[in-house]
Amino acid sequence: MHQELIREDPDVASAVAAIRSLLKFLKRDQSETILGLRENMTKAIHRLEETDSSVAVSSGGELFLRFISLTSLEHPDLSQCKNVMIERGELFLKKISLSRGKVGKLCHTFIKDGAKILTHSSSRVVLKVLENAAADNKRFTVYVTESQPDSAGKLMAQKLCNLNIPVTVVLDAAVGYIMEKVDLVIVGAEGVVESGGVINKIGTYQMAVCSKAHNKPFYVVAESFKFVRLYPLNQQDVPDRFKYKADILKTVKDLNQEHPMIDYTPPSLITLLFTDLGVLTPSAVSDELIKLYL
Amino acid sequence: MADSDGRQVVSINHSTEEDVKLQEVVQAKCEGKELTKEEKQRLRKEKKQHKKNKKDDRGPPEKEKEKEKASVLAPSKPATQSPAHKAAPVPVNASASESPVAAEKPAKSKAEQRAERRARQDTERASKQGKKEGGQQSASSKPKATPNELQPVKRLPEHIQVDDPAALKKLAKKLERQQVPLRSDYGYKVSLFSHLHQYSRKNPPTQQISIPATVIHPSIVRLGLQYSQGIIAGSNARSVALLHAFKQVIQDYSTPPNEELSRDLVNKLSPYISFLSQCRPLSASMGNAIKYIKKEISNIPSQCKEEEAKRRLQECIDSYINEKIILASEAISKYAIEKISDGDVILVYGCSSLVNHILCEAFEKQRKFRVIVVDSRPRLEGREALRRLVKKGIRCTYVLISALSYILPEVSKVFLGAHALLANGYVMSRVGTSQIALVAKAYNVPVLVCCETYKFCERVQTDSFESNELDDPDDLIVTRNGKTHLENWQTVKSLGLLNLVYDVTPPDFVDLVITDLGMIPCTSVPVVLRVKNVDQ
Repeated sequence: MHQELIREDPDVASAVAAIRSLLKFLKRDQSETILGLRENMTKAIHRLEETDSSVAVSSGGELFLRFISLTSLEHPDLSQCKNVMIERGELFLKKISLSRGKVGKLCHTFIKDGAKILTHSSSRVVLKVLENAAADNKRFTVYVTESQPDSAGKLMAQKLCNLNIPVTVVLDAAVGYIMEKVDLVIVGAEGVVESGGVINKIGTYQMAVCSKAHNKPFYVVAESFKFVRLYPLNQQDVPDRFKYKADILKTVKDLNQEHPMIDYTPPSLITLLFTDLGVLTPSAVSDELIKLYL
Repeated sequence: MADSDGRQVVSINHSTEEDVKLQEVVQAKCEGKELTKEEKQRLRKEKKQHKKNKKDDRGPPEKEKEKEKASVLAPSKPATQSPAHKAAPVPVNASASESPVAAEKPAKSKAEQRAERRARQDTERASKQGKKEGGQQSASSKPKATPNELQPVKRLPEHIQVDDPAALKKLAKKLERQQVPLRSDYGYKVSLFSHLHQYSRKNPPTQQISIPATVIHPSIVRLGLQYSQGIIAGSNARSVALLHAFKQVIQDYSTPPNEELSRDLVNKLSPYISFLSQCRPLSASMGNAIKYIKKEISNIPSQCKEEEAKRRLQECIDSYINEKIILASEAISKYAIEKISDGDVILVYGCSSLVNHILCEAFEKQRKFRVIVVDSRPRLEGREALRRLVKKGIRCTYVLISALSYILPEVSKVFLGAHALLANGYVMSRVGTSQIALVAKAYNVPVLVCCETYKFCERVQTDSFESNELDDPDDLIVTRNGKTHLENWQTVKSLGLLNLVYDVTPPDFVDLVITDLGMIPCTSVPVVLRVKNVDQ
């Protein structure tokens, strides 16, 4: 069900698709008690994680579960409770579908006329931001990294071309070379962790270190459902289930031979985070997380 | 003029009675007996009288005199009271002291006095608004305004104002009133730290207390001795010992007649706390524990019977220890064990009960790791940690802090304990901790601080000088091969021995703080404090 949702709307974030499928699952669920309902939901989230192991799916799923159960579920009738939960689920879905627009509106003001922007791999949020900036009649050029092994950067370049934004594709290895030319770096995120750092496509950490060395601002754009309760201390500390694709985890014995798909960027390298909760510094992320999860 | 006559009469009455009573009071003090309530009232009245006489000498306008008197009579108006009237005037005792004074004056009921005062203040306010500059009335209202203006200035705690003679005098007077012995400083203090106390272990404060001590409860005396001699050391240990001693005090306490337990017990605790802080400055955790107890005591409803109230307080203390210390350490171990992976080399410093507990738990959960214990003079607390870990069967290495940069390339994580976490994210811990964090940062080794939430305090500090503790300088003297070089360090004028106890680590060096609420970055400490305050 999840796969078909992604296929029908490629523009939708994987987490949003996941939550939509979770909502459908909730509507179809047959369990008799609230506890049973919860268990089924958790099982469903696990199944989703197995098919599409991304941080966003796991964080989105957990937040969804928390959001719908955060109300007083003291109705004696189970179907009434279920209706309440479904209502909240719809509300949640609506909120997060709007979040990308909010982020785009916040961020595009930071792009000045004549700016040169560097971005990494393909991110729908960054695309929205650049779209908004272009609609604001700003002139800027974009450099995108190729982002192997899946060459997602080329896809991003194609989309930007369609928006009539001048774009250049650079090699992943050319980040250091190009850094002196650019004015700012904007990347998306798969997950934002408790420390204020981000988890994103492999190569983001390199870009962050480079931009710090050149004193260029490093901005991250992410929706709030990507906030996840993880606290990695270093690259090794990120759990394996996020680093590698789900099917690889199941089939391959020796993970040392595999290339990880994501890396962790510590908060000291990030200048600002743009979320639908506002523009945050990395230290404020923990504050927001406490509000979201507690 | 009748008023001033009346006052004259009063003062004469006071002076004759005072002499007699004063002798009695002094006698009682020498015998170490606790001053009875009347004697305490006498002392207080005498002080007020002295103040009044001083004001008379200065010759202010009559209105102000009356106002002073009225404000002195009603301690429920703290704004106009001079700051020297400290916490001692408790509403219950003060109302009792009011009655003898009122009996001697031409009879005025409290309500009438208050009405008079209010009328006076209204006229004052009106005249102040009417007149623009200094008539006699506005001049008299200005002295009233200035004590109010002084209120917003925060008072520094006494224990970091040792080089200020005025603060010392205040402390001496307060301790005299509470009948707690004043401990004198020892030896030459390094000039940067001359604002802190430096005591010697050879002069315990208990020497100056007569036996049997009736003012200070014996379990508190014992506790103070244990603190000052270093028998009980470590933030958690000190707090738990303090709470147990308070349990004993509450057990032995009996409410005097015409007193309420909720107010009187808090007063009884104040001299104990002064005594303990004379023995060894209070830690942040102890401060929080004391605040909690005082809040619980004052929340006891007045119709509660004594036995019931005492039982309730004992339960509160037990649950505090259980929740904030024991259960918290369980929660922290649970989070911390997630961060320990197989093959880790963990560095610890000194002896933190929490870190030792975490490592023992992780070992029981079959994690494979080895530990490097870093130690430093003069306390050599690392030896105790080493003993405990080796007993469990954990592989340990022992180094002194001077070998830190040699050993750090091998280390994968650093676990540190904390004495307190300050509101700006700084970590206050045993001296040497900030050094470890600094070098670990240089080698890119993650630094994890483990701290229970009851050690979080509202203070802000950016350096280790402002508020610290100076330990006995004689500890630094070492005897090797029968030779003690620093034996006569006091005679060498240019030599100072500095034995610091705490230092402060900035949040940039700390990667993660593990608390019972979860894993938070060091900069989120004020968020936790805010959440805690909302809960309470």
